[in-house]
Amino acid sequence: MKFVLSEVNLWYNDFQALQNVSMDIKANEVTAFIGPSGCGKSTLIKSLNRMNDLIEGCKITGFIQLDGEDVYGSMDVNLLRKRVGMVFQKPNPFPMSVYDNIAFGPRTHGIKNKRELDEIVEKSLHDAAIWDEVKDRLKKSALGLSGGQQQRLCIARALSVSPDVLLMDEPTSALDPISTGKIEDLVMELKKNYTVIIVTHNMQQATRISDKTAFFLLGEVIEFGDTDQIFSMPRDKRCEDYITGRFG
Amino acid sequence: MVVKMDYIKKQIKRKKTSDWVRFFAMWISVIITVSILLYIVGFILIRGIPHIRPSLFSLTYTTQNQSLFPALVTTIYMVGITLLIAVPFGIFTAIYLVEYASRGSKVVKIIRMTTETLAGIPSIVFGLFGYIFFANWLGWGKSILAGCFTLAIMILPIIMRTTEESLKSIPDAYREGSFSLGAGRLRTVIRVTLPSAMPGVFAGIILSVGRIVGETAALIYTIGSVIKIPESLFSQGRTLALHVLQLAGEGHHRNEAYATAVVLLVVVLSINLLSSFIERKFKNRL
Amino acid sequence: MKQSSAALKIRENLMRAVFFTAALASIVAVALICVFLFSQGLPAIFNVGVSEFLGGTRWAPLNSSDPGFGILAFILGSIYVTAGAIILGVPIGIFSALFMARMCPKGLYRFIKPALNLMAGVPSVIYGFFGMVVIVPAIFEAFGKQFDMMSGNTMLAASIILGIMILPTVITIAETNLRAVPQELYEGAVALGASHERAVFKVVLPSARSGVMAAVVLGVGRAIGETMAVQMVAGNQPALRLPWEFLKGIRTMTTNIVIEMGYVEYGSLHNGALIATGVVLFVFILIINTLFSILNRDKQEKRSLLSLRAKRGNPDTKLTKEQ
Repeated sequence: MKFVLSEVNLWYNDFQALQNVSMDIKANEVTAFIGPSGCGKSTLIKSLNRMNDLIEGCKITGFIQLDGEDVYGSMDVNLLRKRVGMVFQKPNPFPMSVYDNIAFGPRTHGIKNKRELDEIVEKSLHDAAIWDEVKDRLKKSALGLSGGQQQRLCIARALSVSPDVLLMDEPTSALDPISTGKIEDLVMELKKNYTVIIVTHNMQQATRISDKTAFFLLGEVIEFGDTDQIFSMPRDKRCEDYITGRFG
Repeated sequence: MVVKMDYIKKQIKRKKTSDWVRFFAMWISVIITVSILLYIVGFILIRGIPHIRPSLFSLTYTTQNQSLFPALVTTIYMVGITLLIAVPFGIFTAIYLVEYASRGSKVVKIIRMTTETLAGIPSIVFGLFGYIFFANWLGWGKSILAGCFTLAIMILPIIMRTTEESLKSIPDAYREGSFSLGAGRLRTVIRVTLPSAMPGVFAGIILSVGRIVGETAALIYTIGSVIKIPESLFSQGRTLALHVLQLAGEGHHRNEAYATAVVLLVVVLSINLLSSFIERKFKNRL
Repeated sequence: MKQSSAALKIRENLMRAVFFTAALASIVAVALICVFLFSQGLPAIFNVGVSEFLGGTRWAPLNSSDPGFGILAFILGSIYVTAGAIILGVPIGIFSALFMARMCPKGLYRFIKPALNLMAGVPSVIYGFFGMVVIVPAIFEAFGKQFDMMSGNTMLAASIILGIMILPTVITIAETNLRAVPQELYEGAVALGASHERAVFKVVLPSARSGVMAAVVLGVGRAIGETMAVQMVAGNQPALRLPWEFLKGIRTMTTNIVIEMGYVEYGSLHNGALIATGVVLFVFILIINTLFSILNRDKQEKRSLLSLRAKRGNPDTKLTKEQ
């Protein structure tokens, strides 16, 4: 088990965004979170690396354990985020060169050696399947890349600190179909070495790439299980309605 | 194009007399505004440029030769020292307000309020304060140092506000990206948000330079009016703007006054152009 | 090579403390200004007598047998020249702002906007100097013989210069607020058959009323605090004037300070009375600033009300982030 969640409740001020969420997430699998807008799937993914800490008025109860350690316990937040990388909905490369974008993470964690950095940059870019496209422009601004390239750069950036888990918050929602395809292939590749948790609006995407799927509604996990099972014979009526496109 | 012409014709038909009055009131007002500016600038330039002579830039000022060079040097010193004092405070305050403080906290409200108050205080009041506090109470006398501290307080709100605005305009996505890689707040600020906000900060600094160069009322009783290249922080001095004031007041040095005014105006105008240039570049980039 | 997280934490907290301390600078500055101005000014006011100081019309600080320290003439002087500046500058300013916000062709705007920024950046000595060599002689030329004037250094000259100096302030703030008026209001008016001008004057301008007032108030603040430009053209006679005596010289609170401060002894009653003049000016400014922030706050509240309505059905704005 990579992540173990039990009885997680989360509030934004008075609004309860998550209710009694419990689930186990296995290592080296792709887990997809699906559900209509505002159902809590992004909130949950952000709880896993404590990005919710940044939002004022956010309160959380219950347990989230990473490799048996309490995420909200004595663990250093910055080290947690090193172990649990994140890719956002909109590509957010920093306004600096491609190289500096990737090197930012390792430098943050104390790596200063130039050769070591060069290696990490090249490996991360390779792993994110973008090396060939950017190897000749490492010193140019990352903002000059296309949207799809920027997103893969962000994936490379997340990989640069060698995390165990990769959280992806609708990573393809701002991209065209071709870039989306590339990212999906990449995710399939990444799961060999990483645990991937992906939030998606796109149900075909979930069936294509995920091993497990969790269906969320109004802050609750309605159904969680093997992707094949969820999409072929959902147990819950609401889940079936959503999957067949009756709402959402 | 046809549609547009049609539209314009309709507009013209629809205008009544009262509309024409409004139409011309707006046009005439803006023409007046712009021509006043052009007239002032043009007048000073035309009267002053013929009197700019090399001797105005000689090292010392004498009663025979009203050299503006010592004033120019003093002005540059003033700008440098004042910025050295005010810029760190301004930037740090902005960083605290935008990146650290929780919104709506009491301290933030008080800091906002006092900065707004500072921004509204007229320069003569700063001058009075500098005269009482720095020159007399602290015993610095009329000196470059007293003048610089007075000006530093005066420009603090400008630097603070422009830095705050540009930090606020940095998308949260950058911060999230940095945090998600395990960077702490300090690293996020220093490596990601502040560098992205730098052009805005520069625009603010340049704006403050303009304020410093043009200032008179806050300086007249804090730095004195000795016109010599200052030897220490406790020397008295006279900036370009003060020099123009003195020459204009003396009456029998009108030509030199015009020439010095040209130099002052050119400095201030180029500072302004530079500031808006940087700002525009910044906006395009984001 | 790894930095220990304890050392990192110490550095984080240290810098946080540094930023916080720096942030207190503006509070300290305002506190010092208040303490020192008031502690040096108030004793002089009480020494002279509050009503004698604020209501007295005789200013004779150098008369050793019977000194007079009444600043009513200067308070009125400040009010007169400011009122004059408002009368001359505000209509032009507001019409210009309307033009900039709702009429200006894009190409022209790119020229006028920087021009206004330049205008705001021109130092007050330059305005004063210009007034001295152009406006003062012009006034003398026009009215000198008729009214038996000694010079053109007058209330009128000061008002004209201040009227010019407040233009960029008034225009910039008014324009921002006029632009903030929702386009729907304008479109609604035009859809009812109003001409462009009518829509702008009868719908857009009234909707931005408090914002435009804020612009005027800021202009008042600028005018009442201006020193050097006024000193260079106003004549500076310490005499009580009536509003229609605008062709006579006048002294304001600011110029009273700047003219006499040069030759008084620090700590003397005369010195205290000048600082006390500054205190009165400071109080005026505080009132004006408060007025400005109230007018501005009004506008902000209205705007947040609008945005709240736009987000109806989603009462927690945080939720919009969460999808």
